[in-house]
Amino acid sequence: MLNTENLTGKLLLSNGNVYQPESNSLEKKDVLIRDGQLAGMDPTIEPTDDMRVVDCAGLIISPGFTDIHVHFREPGYEHKETLQTGSEAALAGGFTTVCCMPNTNPTLDTRGSIQFIRQSQEELLVDIHPVGAATKGRKGMELTEYSELARAGAVAFTDDGNPIANAGVMRRALEYSRMVNKPILQHAEDLQLKGSGLMHESKVSTALGLPGVPGISEEVLVYRDIRIAEYVGGRLHIQHVSMAETAELLRAARERGLNVTCEVTPHHLLLTDEAVRTFDTSTKVNPPLRTRKDVDALRKAVIDGTIDVIATDHAPHAREEKEQPFDLAPPGLIGLESALGVVMKALVDNNLTTVETVLHKLIIRPREIMNLPLDFYRQKAHANLTIFDPREEWVFKREHVKSRSENSPFYGSQMKGRVKAVLIRGQMVNLGLKNLNWPREKK
Amino acid sequence: MSGLSQKHLLGLEYVPKSDIELILETAFSFREVLERPIKKVPTLQGKTIVNLFFEPSTRTRLSFELAEKRLSAETVNFSATGSSLSKGETLRDTIQNIEAMKMDLVIIRHNTPGSAYQLSRYVDAVVINAGDGTHEHPTQALLDIMSIKEKFGHIDGLKIAIVGDIAHSRVALSNIFGLRTMGAEVYVCGPPTFIPPFIDQLGVTVSYNLDELLPEMDIVNVLRIQQERMQAALIPSLREFRSLYGITRERIDRLQKELTIMHPGPLNRGVEIDSDVADSDKSIILHQVLNGVAVRMALLYLLLGGRDVKEDSNA
Repeated sequence: MLNTENLTGKLLLSNGNVYQPESNSLEKKDVLIRDGQLAGMDPTIEPTDDMRVVDCAGLIISPGFTDIHVHFREPGYEHKETLQTGSEAALAGGFTTVCCMPNTNPTLDTRGSIQFIRQSQEELLVDIHPVGAATKGRKGMELTEYSELARAGAVAFTDDGNPIANAGVMRRALEYSRMVNKPILQHAEDLQLKGSGLMHESKVSTALGLPGVPGISEEVLVYRDIRIAEYVGGRLHIQHVSMAETAELLRAARERGLNVTCEVTPHHLLLTDEAVRTFDTSTKVNPPLRTRKDVDALRKAVIDGTIDVIATDHAPHAREEKEQPFDLAPPGLIGLESALGVVMKALVDNNLTTVETVLHKLIIRPREIMNLPLDFYRQKAHANLTIFDPREEWVFKREHVKSRSENSPFYGSQMKGRVKAVLIRGQMVNLGLKNLNWPREKK
Repeated sequence: MSGLSQKHLLGLEYVPKSDIELILETAFSFREVLERPIKKVPTLQGKTIVNLFFEPSTRTRLSFELAEKRLSAETVNFSATGSSLSKGETLRDTIQNIEAMKMDLVIIRHNTPGSAYQLSRYVDAVVINAGDGTHEHPTQALLDIMSIKEKFGHIDGLKIAIVGDIAHSRVALSNIFGLRTMGAEVYVCGPPTFIPPFIDQLGVTVSYNLDELLPEMDIVNVLRIQQERMQAALIPSLREFRSLYGITRERIDRLQKELTIMHPGPLNRGVEIDSDVADSDKSIILHQVLNGVAVRMALLYLLLGGRDVKEDSNA
């Protein structure tokens, strides 16, 4: 269980570097919280005797992160994850908003199932926005009722887990969604080219005797969908981009002025197909881990803005499911708890880019794409903040996982940057924030 | 003391030359034992070995069982085809049950690549991979290398073509790794749909033209063609395959140079290889079978740290 306290009275977060969404910069500011609400944010706030003061020197304070791609498995697969355990995993990773995918049982393709998610999340500490199925039963044939689902709270539509394989259906989905101005999230994968593939098709798959998933299985579908979106409009969003060439296609589309967006996972920014050499089934993920060349190209695409969002594709699976032989083990890995540590390692620790760039893709762009409110640091509303140490180096272990599942390839890996606390809905989730009551103890 | 640098034999990709040389040397000693009237030695008395076969196998299994019995190990057999094992039971469950019975060594044959690696993480026992799907079949490659060494006296510099369905062959992969480590020049030949992409990056030369390739070769290792590959539409017909890649009498007769023929079995006579060729004096197929027992005895001995082989064989 997470260490959570109800915030009452005044809490002064002192000396932190506060992320400024408008200017995409960090500024040294003191942040005052009163009864869990934001009460002030200024270069200096003098501590008074009725305040608890936390020394946040060296820490970054930002709006809570938003992950637009998680699988919380409820309803139907509660042995893997629930909205409750998924929320705890999110908080442990500094995320206060998530968009959950509709590949549940039943599928999130009706008003009732969308409402179920919206109502359940009211009792939790994370804002959970459901993504509705793009087609009924995610079967790829008939569109769901976009307007009704949107009114119930669906923020986007997808058949994630499956691609919208039929080009005609994709055309209709993009056209019809224009009416509600919601994005269509495409899990881009040509199933015939993928065949029975279990990992990226490469020198490594050949050496391991594992059937390969060629990179072209992603590229051809992305190209097709870009052209469809160019023709009929709509807001196409490509999920979990994994290939260098896919990033190139998206870059070119953006240069032509097309409103197509995309995301990348932390694991595709750090790991390559070499990680599969252990036959550890937690490295079996869809799309598969690609090559060094792809990792480098994806990093570059994040930095130059081609890739809008970092999203985890948090995909919990029970231990017994992942302990099956490699071909039977379901694809996916859990990513919420390790996200910041992995992304900072992949992009900031090696001086490729700044922490501000990363925050832009963890906070601003995800909310823009999903049409979620952007009024950060609203006074007299519950504070929604993540406090993290951008410099802390640590080793990821099982004990850091709050998900019901444990399928992570990162155990024993060096992480950079660690979440210390999350403030949301009047509560503070303490993940190792020290020096509470700092000046008084000094006396 | 084992003398090998590894605890298990999971594949040949990372096995160093010194290990292969030690295995071959030990295997030749056991070959002598196998030529005697009494072929049994007490080397592994008191050791328990389980033969875990999740996939049907006749030859490999028989060879392992024989090797175990010739070394006086106690053996138990477990066989279940992939389909009869319910998908509810994890590989780990099956294996931990067996582990609880205190086995010293596990031989595993399974239809999934990597299953031997997974097994080695779950148990304390020594693991030998007897074929994991389309990944590796290291004991087959070791017996192939032994048979080549027996015939040529060396491996270094020999030109060896592996012909047939390379993409779905664990025999091909293990042979590539092992033969390359031992300094041979390895070629793979077959229709492009049978050649996995990027295989040239494993250090082999790819050819689609057997008739151009064969005159250059010292050895051809012919792989078995499986009928299900045609259902997957990888080749249009066996007839066309045979006309292009079959090791036929006519093809062999055209060669000026002596060519040694190998096949891991079981043979599809009249498909990938002609009966005449398989049974000719160019073929060392039956040597491969005998060497298979010797190589497996050597591995069991080396991995279980039995008593000195020379001492035993002189007893």
